[in-house]
Amino acid sequence: MDIFYYLIQNTLPVMVALLLVALGGMFSERSGVINIALEGIMLFGAYIGCLFVYFIEKSSLPSQIILLLGMVVAACAGLVFSLLLSMAAVNMKADQTIVGTALNMLVPAGVLLFSKMFFMSDGVTTNINFYVRNVPVLGKIPILGELFFQNTYISVYIGILILILATVVFYKTSFGLHLRACGEHPQAADSVGINVYRMRYAGVSISGILGGIGGFFYAVGVTNGNSNGHTGVAGFGFLALAVMIFGQWKPIKILFAALFFAFLRTMAYSVALIPFLKSLNINQTYYKMLPYVATMVVLAFTSKKSRAPKAEGIPYDKGMR
Amino acid sequence: MQNNRTSQNKTFALTKIMKSKAFSAFTSALLAIILGLLIGFLVMVIAGPEKAVLGFRTVLTGGFKKLGNVFYYATPIMMTGLAVGFAFKMGLFNIGASGQYTMGMFFALYAGFMWKLPVGIHWIVCVLAGMVGGMLWGLIPGIFKALLNVNEVITSIMFNYIGMYLVDMLIQQNATMYVATTTRTAYLPVSSQLPSLGVRNSNVNISIFIAIAIAIILFIILHMTTFGYELKATGYNKHASKYAGMNGTRNIILTMAMAGGLAGLGGAFYILAPATIPGSSMTYEPINIIAANGFNGIAVALLGNSSPIGIIFSSIFISHIQRGGTLTSLYGYKPEIIDIVIAIIIYFSAFSMLMKTAVGSYLKRSYSRRHTETERKEEADIPNPSELKDEVDIPSAVDAPPDTKKDTVRATKTEEKDAVNVTEDIKLETLQEENTAVNNLKAGEEEV
Repeated sequence: MDIFYYLIQNTLPVMVALLLVALGGMFSERSGVINIALEGIMLFGAYIGCLFVYFIEKSSLPSQIILLLGMVVAACAGLVFSLLLSMAAVNMKADQTIVGTALNMLVPAGVLLFSKMFFMSDGVTTNINFYVRNVPVLGKIPILGELFFQNTYISVYIGILILILATVVFYKTSFGLHLRACGEHPQAADSVGINVYRMRYAGVSISGILGGIGGFFYAVGVTNGNSNGHTGVAGFGFLALAVMIFGQWKPIKILFAALFFAFLRTMAYSVALIPFLKSLNINQTYYKMLPYVATMVVLAFTSKKSRAPKAEGIPYDKGMR
Repeated sequence: MQNNRTSQNKTFALTKIMKSKAFSAFTSALLAIILGLLIGFLVMVIAGPEKAVLGFRTVLTGGFKKLGNVFYYATPIMMTGLAVGFAFKMGLFNIGASGQYTMGMFFALYAGFMWKLPVGIHWIVCVLAGMVGGMLWGLIPGIFKALLNVNEVITSIMFNYIGMYLVDMLIQQNATMYVATTTRTAYLPVSSQLPSLGVRNSNVNISIFIAIAIAIILFIILHMTTFGYELKATGYNKHASKYAGMNGTRNIILTMAMAGGLAGLGGAFYILAPATIPGSSMTYEPINIIAANGFNGIAVALLGNSSPIGIIFSSIFISHIQRGGTLTSLYGYKPEIIDIVIAIIIYFSAFSMLMKTAVGSYLKRSYSRRHTETERKEEADIPNPSELKDEVDIPSAVDAPPDTKKDTVRATKTEEKDAVNVTEDIKLETLQEENTAVNNLKAGEEEV
């Protein structure tokens, strides 16, 4: 049972990173822009967030406040960086996949260059502890308390809050409706007076904000407050895209998809602690490959009835009907 | 241009070149390169203003001092560039060149270490093994795309990671290949190394010629075979080509397998190279990092406009500035600047066609205006409507009156001859053609 608790406690911070980035991808793609740059946005957010933490960690602020501030900084960084994508995709009508790839290449190079110039290393290392051993009151609840309120990070709760917020915005506001319309049939949306360009800018910007936060939460919950240009975010941006497709571009389904992938990944990294898996004596690398292989299997079964937004990837041109 | 038959000979050649697709691809690539280098220069100025000019000059000219290595490092990215560009022609974005490259490298290493073959045959077998490895890794995303309708971008990204983990594990488990003390692979047996060209202080070997030959063969396949025609047709319009009876499923799988094979060859060419110390060879360090050469291939393919011939030159260019970039460390700069430059080049080449149209139409307009003014002074000749039609060479004879039909047909023919380069993005091209046509019309109208 202890192992089960351990696995769940370690899955949640990973899940939150995936969840937020996949939600960001959802906002972008439902507005009609393919956001393959999520990997780059994540790393950018993570790096800028960690850099901020690095400079502020010596002040007397409590660590949880620093986490919140870092989150805001990372969100701003993601937003600014995503403008590079929205400008190219919306105004310049460029190929969105290629622009995304370029941005993904730009960030690690930039991070490495900056870190080598100013820190003589590959990234930024912080010494702060964001870990929450036991949430007051709630942590004492039997079973549930042990599952969800011990050995965790507050990023988990922020992530769930954002999920609820995103779902409400997406389905219960006119903004959400307009956004979805732009991804399905921009011409129709335009004909009823929705500004397609502005909605797409909004979609990509939200994905930048969520991607930046997701990247920072990855740095907090997975790499212990560090961020470097070599390993980056280890393909989490791409995994998040797969999570989004698996979740059929719908928030709640994305939550379960993220949980599934995060659990597989956590299992892969804790094989040594699970007696059953340890006794099988399989090389750990196979488990590391598992999330990616699982993605392939899942996509193979879901892609035939894929509910992708109809207009995604197609630049909107007013003249085309 | 724009008007008189008498002056046509002089002006026609220039406008013909300006309108040809190869030229427009070249100028848009040039634009992206200039912007990329400009931003690279700015980064250098911010990093260290006092030596920025010196450092930037090294980026541009440093490669000439290491010409051998420029060609050596151009070989793998030429192959991955071909892998990306070839799939582009079909409308597939092969972002998985990294995984295919890594796989090809592993197969070549395996054949090099584990098989004992006579000198002269061994390296050929190793190269072929690399091709097979890459093919395998390209085939799977192809099958997923063709039969299960899974987006090839996601599949190939996943296979990049799977391939990387798999290869690193297999190498680390193999005591013959892997030297635990250096955490790198051992030196390959001499028989499995590619024949060197004997340039001092460089790894350049025979593979550069093989790579160029492959590029030329691909050019022939694309332009002179039914398969190449079907491939391009599918890239232009999937539904129309299916309607015409082309087997899309087979073509997708075949294209991805071929693209994978090309990237795999790149991996083999990279790792099988003899190093500068006699008897040593290139080595690989399995540290769970996705091969950068696969992504550089995307830059190469975009710069080369996906044309095999263009890719030969763009790969040499990218390799040239990479070598120059490593030399900037002499002035205290980091070679990562070049990675930034490459990323920016890709970024801008994604929409440089559009920018180019804007710049080009402005230049053309000012040129034609100046030209028509001088013409008018000389002859004061008012062009009749049929000549106007001739200028607007939209390759359709639908709205042309019967007497100008011949002219339109001739214009179409020259256009076709120039269209050696079929770019991957038909939409941009038609947009551009329309634009030039509209501009010509405007120029004509002004005159009337």
